Amino acid sequence: MITVPVVKAGPWSVRVRRRAVLVSVLLLVAVVAVVVVSLSAGVNSFPIPRVIAAVLGNGTPAEKLIVAELRLPRAVLAVLVGVALGVSGAIFQQITRNPLGSPDVVGFTTGASTGALVVLLVLHGGLVATSFGAVAGGAVTALLVLLLSSRHGVAPLRLVLVGIGAAAMLNSLNSLLIVRAQVYDAQSASVWLVGNVVGGDWSDVRLIGGILGIGLLACVVLWRPLTLSEFSDERSMSLGLPVGRTRVLAIAAGVLLASGAVAVAGPIQFIALTAPQVARRLTGTEGANLTASGLTGALLLLVADLAAREAFQPRQLPVGVLTGIVGGAYLAWLLGREWRKGRA
Amino acid sequence: MRPRTIGRLGVFVVTVALLGVVVVLSLMVGRQAISPGEVIRALLPGATGDNADIVRGLRLERTVIGLVAGLALGAAGALMQALTRNPLADPGLLGVNAGAAAAVVTGFAFFGVADGFAQTGLGLAGAAVASVVVYLLGSGSREAATPARLALAGTALTAVLFSYINAVAMKDQASFDEMRFWVVGSVVNRGYDRLLIALPLIVVGVLLALAMTPALNALSLGDDSAHALGLGVGRARIAVAVAITLLCGAATAVAGPIVFVGLTVPHVARRLVGADQRKVVPLSMLLAAGFLVFCDTLGRVVSGGAEIQAGIVTAVLGAPVFIALVRRRTLVAA
Repeated sequence: MITVPVVKAGPWSVRVRRRAVLVSVLLLVAVVAVVVVSLSAGVNSFPIPRVIAAVLGNGTPAEKLIVAELRLPRAVLAVLVGVALGVSGAIFQQITRNPLGSPDVVGFTTGASTGALVVLLVLHGGLVATSFGAVAGGAVTALLVLLLSSRHGVAPLRLVLVGIGAAAMLNSLNSLLIVRAQVYDAQSASVWLVGNVVGGDWSDVRLIGGILGIGLLACVVLWRPLTLSEFSDERSMSLGLPVGRTRVLAIAAGVLLASGAVAVAGPIQFIALTAPQVARRLTGTEGANLTASGLTGALLLLVADLAAREAFQPRQLPVGVLTGIVGGAYLAWLLGREWRKGRA
Repeated sequence: MRPRTIGRLGVFVVTVALLGVVVVLSLMVGRQAISPGEVIRALLPGATGDNADIVRGLRLERTVIGLVAGLALGAAGALMQALTRNPLADPGLLGVNAGAAAAVVTGFAFFGVADGFAQTGLGLAGAAVASVVVYLLGSGSREAATPARLALAGTALTAVLFSYINAVAMKDQASFDEMRFWVVGSVVNRGYDRLLIALPLIVVGVLLALAMTPALNALSLGDDSAHALGLGVGRARIAVAVAITLLCGAATAVAGPIVFVGLTVPHVARRLVGADQRKVVPLSMLLAAGFLVFCDTLGRVVSGGAEIQAGIVTAVLGAPVFIALVRRRTLVAA
């Protein structure tokens, strides 16, 4: 048996899996490296020392404009949104014990975008109001989907299917909102609906940063009981875990994170689905690894955004198109694999 | 005749009567309300005047297209649910309509295909490829495709296809316009020429569907029993799949992707006439035709000024049915 070192501090104790820590550190290094690349590469490319100088405020005006004011907020936004999506996906996959339980598959993301669209197109609200709309939409959808799918407890598969139904309905409501809007609004809203981080500025970054802070704080508290819920409900309860309360709080945190990501970047698909799965394979652990999932989410979104920005020059695609195609194909592969193993 | 037979005959008679009412209603209702008598007078040969212009010029086209597309989707849904023994099968949900839409948008954006004939062909090809892919994904293991698997495979495929459609739509203004047409199903301004191209395919699909209903009854007993009854199981499956593809592809080519009609209606039909596919399939056609026309009419009146596309109304009315089905205990083991 492999012994796992334990770090203890007061009432807290954390098992340290060496491979998970190593993977997380490597992921962090990779995220920083890709951020630097995405700051330096492009139509106007800058050598890395100049990039660092510009970020620190010592560059030429052109360098400062392009690197520090255009590319930096976009890259930071991609990182934060990626972390939010990755962590939220890990929470939901952990709770439903099913990779398909991600917020983007079960309709929470769609609900958040419906809420945001209502505020944007009908009430003409600003960024903060829109994000409230997104969180409210995501929360209401989550509540309804969970209520509708619970019948002697929430069966994961039923949750997924109810979520698919809800997503289909909400998608058509989104189309309705777009069809109803003024032409100019409609086009920008449908670009927004694909999901992208292009227009990101520091106010977006502050907003998602705040939401991420709250969500991650909740995760730190809920992490251990949530991981233990890997066991059956009965067993978790016999271990003295407040199963219901932990789950409700974790769902609230997950919805907050996913909706916050939608509010600033639109419903970017499949990061929440793929990041925890990739992280799980990298760390070699069975259950959710929140740190690795969040970092993987950030890395995936950064790379996808860099590719969407540079690979199709002179056009730029919204990153959501890329994640949709790649992530959907991954979902198909995942389904095929799980079914061959007879698990889903 | 036995009372049950009379009862089931009665169901058909009532359905046809309702269909007539819905059709007349759809011709009456709109920004300018027209009385039923006026509608019938306007439809008679040689009618002239404002009402005749409105009924024949504006409303008749969408009613006819709604009828045809609805009929095709209802038949396709019933066939799909019988073939896959899957109560959740729906051409929209399983990505078949998205496949048709993706093929049409590709043709338009990259090869400039804009005429109805070629677009219908592309729609058919897209529908065929998508249904094969979903079925392969859904039955990846040795066991049969389960309802949940097919729905999930459909979700994956739909996500990929719509992302792709979005990507193509970013290409230029004309493609964006074309995409809007294909992302939301509607029966407005589709044009008779498009309908005329799709009609022969739908007729073939409907005839094939009706011809295959006895075979579907045999298939519902399980492959082994069907084989023992002397049915060529493989050939029957292929014939039904061809009918589904024809019907979905043609309906999507006419009306764009419409969700939940093919899902909801066969369930209602089975409630009314039992499990005999010889009755379920034709009744689904009639009910679905009425349902789509009704949804179109509803979308016209429900919101005062602007209209709501029929495809949106069907989704809003159909999704609760889907969720209710999913909640049934028999479907998903808790």
